[in-house]
Amino acid sequence: MPVAAPLLLSALMFSCGVYGVLARRHGVMLLIAVELMITAANVNLIVFSQLLRDQLGNIVALFIIAVTAAEVGIGIAIVMLLYRQRSTVAVDDLRLMKW
Amino acid sequence: MILPEISFWMLAAFTAVTSIFTVTTRNVVHSALGLAASLIGAAAIFILFGAEFVGLAQILIYVGAVVILFMFGIMLTGTAIRPVVDNDQRGMAALVAVAVFIVLAAGILSSYGHKKVNFDVAFPTVLIGRALFTKWVLPFEAVSILLLAALVGAIVLARRD
Repeated sequence: MPVAAPLLLSALMFSCGVYGVLARRHGVMLLIAVELMITAANVNLIVFSQLLRDQLGNIVALFIIAVTAAEVGIGIAIVMLLYRQRSTVAVDDLRLMKW
Repeated sequence: MILPEISFWMLAAFTAVTSIFTVTTRNVVHSALGLAASLIGAAAIFILFGAEFVGLAQILIYVGAVVILFMFGIMLTGTAIRPVVDNDQRGMAALVAVAVFIVLAAGILSSYGHKKVNFDVAFPTVLIGRALFTKWVLPFEAVSILLLAALVGAIVLARRD
């Protein structure tokens, strides 16, 4: 099978993530789009792991999954804090770091 | 050798469609569920490419924990019934996304357009585990510190005081 096929799938997922980050207003949906981009990177790592017959890609993908779990925990906490303080989750309404 | 290839194309189509659905649907809950479907498709592709442990970890952590966390975030902020969805830069965002895809696709096709990949190398869990706890034990411990810090940080951010 051409190795370009899974790589193109990964590129498509990444582009979907880029579109989501740019077009969404909802904080949680922004995080969802970031997840798509990270998974696209993981697909690349796994495919190259198979192509180069090296387990390094698997290991790095595992670390990425663990770091993503931390990122999502903090991200959701920030969204909840935002909702409590400003009663909104629309990131477009946030123009100031401190007010 | 034809069976894994057919499976790959089916899974790739599924993952692509659900990824596009995730970022285009106007319902927040549907978006989170679309992400779950897309991540399950990606996990199946991982297993197809021999990465069985990464695929199972993906299902456990992403679909089991991360998407459920998103669901909590959506439900607790009440945005499932009062949606705030897209801003007014959809057209420009679509343009940028298509441009990113074209650049990536051009790079992929020019560098890897002629290479073939087989499904013949497996990375069994025992191999990954051995590497993780010998050569990669220091990054592994660093990740556990990171997760602890994220746990404490999330509690500090989200608690009521």
